[in-house]
Amino acid sequence: MSVPLLSALIFFPIIGGFSLLIVKREDVQAIKTMALIISLIEFVLALPLFFMFDKTTYLMQFTEHHAWIPAFNISYSLGVDGISVLFILLSALITVLSILVSWESIQTKVLEFFLSVLVLEGVMIGVFCALDLFLFYIFWEAMLIPMFLIIGVWGGPNRLYATIKFFLYTLVGSLLMLIGMITLYMNGGHTFDILKLAEHTYSFRLQMILFLAFFAAFAVKVPMWPVHTWLPDAHTEAPAAGSVILAAILIKMGAYGFLRFSMPILPDATQAMMIPMIVLSLIGIVYGAIICLAQSDLKRLIAYSSVSHMGFVTLGMYALNTQSVEGSILQMINHGVVTGALFLCIGMVYERTHTRVIADYGGLATTMPVFGGFFLLFTLAAVGLPATNGFIGEFLILLGSFIALPWAAFFAATGLILGAWYMLWLYQRVFFNPVNDKVIGLPELNVREIVTLLPMVVLVFWIGLYPDAMLSFMHESVAHLLQQVNGTAGVEHVKQVTSIVLH
Amino acid sequence: MINSAIVSWTAFEPILPEMLLVCIGLVVIVLDLFAGKHREFLPWLTVLGCITVMGMVAGQQNASAFGGMILTDSYAVFFKVICLLGVIMTALMSEHFRRTEGLLQGEYYSLMIFSAVGMLLMASAGDLMVLYLGLELMALSVYCLVGMHKGDERGGEAAMKYLLMGGFASAILLYGMSLVYGLTGTTNIAKIAELSGSGQLLHNPALLGALALMIVAFCFKVAIAPFHFWTPDVYEGAPTAITAFMSVGPKAAGFAIFGRVLISGFPQFHDQWGPLLAALALLTMGIGNITALCQQNIKRMLAYSAVAHAGYSLLGVISGTADGLSATMAYLLIYGFMNMGAFAILILLASPGNRHESLDDYKGLAKTHPLAALLMLIFMFSLTGIPPTAGFVGKFYLMKAALGAGYTMTVIGLVLFSSISAYFYLRVVRYMYMSDPQEEIEINYTAGISTVLGLALLGVVGLGLLPGSVIGQAASALLGQ
Repeated sequence: MSVPLLSALIFFPIIGGFSLLIVKREDVQAIKTMALIISLIEFVLALPLFFMFDKTTYLMQFTEHHAWIPAFNISYSLGVDGISVLFILLSALITVLSILVSWESIQTKVLEFFLSVLVLEGVMIGVFCALDLFLFYIFWEAMLIPMFLIIGVWGGPNRLYATIKFFLYTLVGSLLMLIGMITLYMNGGHTFDILKLAEHTYSFRLQMILFLAFFAAFAVKVPMWPVHTWLPDAHTEAPAAGSVILAAILIKMGAYGFLRFSMPILPDATQAMMIPMIVLSLIGIVYGAIICLAQSDLKRLIAYSSVSHMGFVTLGMYALNTQSVEGSILQMINHGVVTGALFLCIGMVYERTHTRVIADYGGLATTMPVFGGFFLLFTLAAVGLPATNGFIGEFLILLGSFIALPWAAFFAATGLILGAWYMLWLYQRVFFNPVNDKVIGLPELNVREIVTLLPMVVLVFWIGLYPDAMLSFMHESVAHLLQQVNGTAGVEHVKQVTSIVLH
Repeated sequence: MINSAIVSWTAFEPILPEMLLVCIGLVVIVLDLFAGKHREFLPWLTVLGCITVMGMVAGQQNASAFGGMILTDSYAVFFKVICLLGVIMTALMSEHFRRTEGLLQGEYYSLMIFSAVGMLLMASAGDLMVLYLGLELMALSVYCLVGMHKGDERGGEAAMKYLLMGGFASAILLYGMSLVYGLTGTTNIAKIAELSGSGQLLHNPALLGALALMIVAFCFKVAIAPFHFWTPDVYEGAPTAITAFMSVGPKAAGFAIFGRVLISGFPQFHDQWGPLLAALALLTMGIGNITALCQQNIKRMLAYSAVAHAGYSLLGVISGTADGLSATMAYLLIYGFMNMGAFAILILLASPGNRHESLDDYKGLAKTHPLAALLMLIFMFSLTGIPPTAGFVGKFYLMKAALGAGYTMTVIGLVLFSSISAYFYLRVVRYMYMSDPQEEIEINYTAGISTVLGLALLGVVGLGLLPGSVIGQAASALLGQ
């Protein structure tokens, strides 16, 4: 590949974002249109990744490599494999939808808002492409700046508290990871190249220290129990677009970090930490679900459900077999689609009622039947109804963890039951029950809003009915990853099981 | 005869930049007498002179002059460039600053130039005597600059305080130096290293005592806790442009002598001064960052932030390696850019009669002056150390050097304290972007201040994205080479 596609994907939205500055500040319509067009072009640019991706190899593709800081042996190197490619596509799609959902709801500092969203998009894609640890860290941290502004400037009433909390939590975790990174650099042959670092072997003690350092950053981002407390505040107070991006992409980066760094570079520590990680995941699943039952705020409920769902993701990852890891990656995409869609829906209805309190709703299915239909579909996908994408991901994770540790699958399954409980109960309270005075006469979804939700509907069914469309991207990379973690012997066994299950 | 005359002139070559700078300073004084109303060109003359001198400095070869008293190694050159950049940016800011503050005196610029001469001497001092000479020349000029506002009570108090405390520190330094001279019989730094490393002197408690005294004085000069108490008051009381100047130029020069004396003069004692300074660095970061949390005056907040950054910068010196020194040098340069930028915004916002130094004055700045707010946002994120700004690159280099030397706990301390610092730096951003404006502040972008802001932005963003060249420069800038 001679075309620097990944660089284009990273820098096009950033440059595009700054090009908004030439538009007159008062010309809101032009700013919005430009931002939308930029994000659409970006999405089209990302499509070659989907169609030209070589699924038969675990090697990095679309790679770029340039020296950057030669004194430290730091390079600007990018590439994607089966683990990261889907996240890039998801980021490009989610950004388009977040811009659409912000069309009317963002009234102040419009230019700055779309600038932040576009810059954020470029930086997020950078996180998924970076093959140099230093470069990865730059993108990882740079993300904080636009997100800090998006929550803090355009968020809800308690936004200042939420945004500072989000920033500090992430910053402390990231800085501890930075120490780990430098230690890794010194012990791994003075390079930040992820692939070369993975080839080295490190002493077990060092691996454990590094694992904890990386854990500090990734667990906060996922977020895993007990460092999840920033998430409900940030999700709740962020504007609709912010919540969507947070839920769909930002929190995936923590899990992606585990897959990309902790597991291949620190295989022994990964094996040793398997049980503690699974226990933390299970606590997250059950605790998040129980807390959901007690929520009176729409957004907060969905936020806590993210804690529960991300528990599934980390559970699958640390069950360390093909089904569970593939399920976990797929579940990340699913969660991005479904929770992203739910936050989009909430953003739309909030724009009409300006309340997030569940008790203010009721009977919405009567006043907004189309909206009710969409919301029902996403609710069922979140619950994991067969034929929707949620089912496939959760099924693979449960299957994989049952093979690894049956008791873990048992506890995780209780999370599913609780999940059905809180989601359906939420649906009942908002859409059925007697019609609340506050929702009488609300206008139905307009064309823009329906267009915003349709891609998500397509994805829900596409993944739900033909999961191999996504899973086929991962097979080789996941097999290679597990080979790095388990050694060759483990993989053969797992592959046999996979062939029974998936084919 | 002719030959010897030629030789004696080439001997002056290493200090030609300093000599030229002295001449410029004198010319500024004289011109000030006759210029009358045309004093507006004085800052530009200063800037032009400093740029010329910087060009000369950058072209200097590694040499040792006057029997090893003056060294022009790449280490000295790097620090000289930082100091001169500081002077240039301050002069440019002052060009704007005098409009709101009514500072027109020519002495202002000549004092600044003389202090620059002192800083250059400090950077190339190969001998304790030259070091002291440079230090005092710099310090005396800065004392006067701090008290430049004759009518301002805070300024007068600050100058007095600074003079007394500075004099005290100088006395301690002299005492330490005299002990060293008594024990080793030399004031040449390289010879001290030779003598103290061999034989009985290695375990001589008197030499350790002398070293401790000198460290105390250096700590005072670069504001390391617990010798930092003068900093907030002096920084707050001094004219804002001078505060910016002090946080960049004199501080860099202080670190230049700090590094040279410790690493070139007492390398054998690294086991003693390393851990001691590591503890002081932690204390400094703690005090600076935690005290800055509760400041309502932004100038005072930046003063405490300067204390904290001195603690960060010390990390490179502590590691005692060439890599560490380069990290400190790179950090001081980067800090110069971001801090100058932040102070330039302070000066930009000041209007006659009201300096707008309270944090509340920044409320809603993004609405009234989006450009100034955006720049301040970038500088604040850089001071916090968030990529892709240069502040991150600097911190990264420091952490790398200190971890390489085995100071893991100190680095963890740095990480935790710089997370704390995020709170107060971001509070400025929060006020600017997330609050409503209280009063309309008039802003006037003049040529001087715009240049400073442009330079600072270029430094912060440019070094953040493409740090390769500067880090390469710093990494190759070594003592004695």
